[in-house]
Amino acid sequence: MNKTWNNKAWFMVLPVFLLVAISAIIPLMTVVNYSVQDTFGNNEFFWNGTDWFVDTLTSERFHAALVRNLSFSLIILAIEIPLGIGISLTIPKKGWGVSVCLVLMALPLLIPWNVVGTIWQVFGRVDIGLLGHTLAALGLDYNYVQDPIDAWATVVAMDVWHWTSLVALLCYAGLSAIPDAYYQAAKIDGASRWAVFRYIQLPKMKRVLTIAVLLRFMDSFMIYTEPFVVTGGGPGNSTTFLSIDLVKMAIGQFDLGPAAAMSIIYFLIILLLSWIFYTVMTNSEGAN
Amino acid sequence: MDLSWMAWTWPTAIFFLTILTMLIGMSVWEYFVPGGSPRVGVLRFETTRGDRLFVSLLGSAFIHLGWLAFMGPNLWWALAVSVVYAVLVFRYV
Repeated sequence: MNKTWNNKAWFMVLPVFLLVAISAIIPLMTVVNYSVQDTFGNNEFFWNGTDWFVDTLTSERFHAALVRNLSFSLIILAIEIPLGIGISLTIPKKGWGVSVCLVLMALPLLIPWNVVGTIWQVFGRVDIGLLGHTLAALGLDYNYVQDPIDAWATVVAMDVWHWTSLVALLCYAGLSAIPDAYYQAAKIDGASRWAVFRYIQLPKMKRVLTIAVLLRFMDSFMIYTEPFVVTGGGPGNSTTFLSIDLVKMAIGQFDLGPAAAMSIIYFLIILLLSWIFYTVMTNSEGAN
Repeated sequence: MDLSWMAWTWPTAIFFLTILTMLIGMSVWEYFVPGGSPRVGVLRFETTRGDRLFVSLLGSAFIHLGWLAFMGPNLWWALAVSVVYAVLVFRYV
């Protein structure tokens, strides 16, 4: 079949291109410009070459924040993806229960990040918070302000509470798109519940799962507001993720050069990991 | 035009102009040979020439970062390695 190529169609992309240029490319260019210079204020800049990049790449502070960030993303993906799939399988397919479930699931997604942080900050407090007080009453030594493990558990639980619904809703959309004929054929073949999940539901959910994994990975790798509100990066530096460290450096210390170099490295890591995720998942989908 | 608010320097301007030239070059290539020349290479999945440029640029960024971290601040060798890497990507990926 001969396709007609009409390159004038590229003009349709122009509005998006302009929008992205203003919102992303120009700020990114400025960051690149800052990353090779030093400033002492007054909008005066001095050439510094690649020193900030060398400093960042060899800094233990950066390595530690990167490891914390990767660990956080892996932990929340390992919890939210299976949990989201599990929840989506239990949502009813028809009847009044559908709307109730969907509204309840969507509620955490509607709450702004800083409010989620504030809710969990109060919720986890040992003196007045329901969670902290209950755990203390049960005899557990829980204090997210002083104990790094408790701080991590709180931040992870908060993220799971906030975002598992997104995974569940995406999976539910994938499940709803499966025609009844597939289930009828499985029934005729006498397929088990596990076989239906493994060979019908899971493959059909792959596309939405790709989106869910990508969204959750990128979002968790860029997490800032919630841990900043709950733990402020502490105790010590135990929950200081890359973004928190970056803001401390750029706004707190006003070290624009090192912060810009760190932003670029951070951006490249996100770009690489997202590309790998996207390529692996779309190609395994094609192979199926 | 006053671009001092973006703190421009000649090296960063040349860097972005090079990227822009590459994108314009790719557009011209696409105009004359439409379709992106998709093929399955050593990565065992289909790539177009846009994908190959992306892989080349992203890989080059990491080659430069790796060079800075392990070898030192002289990036001319990193640039040479990146050019060889990009040629290999366009040839085999």
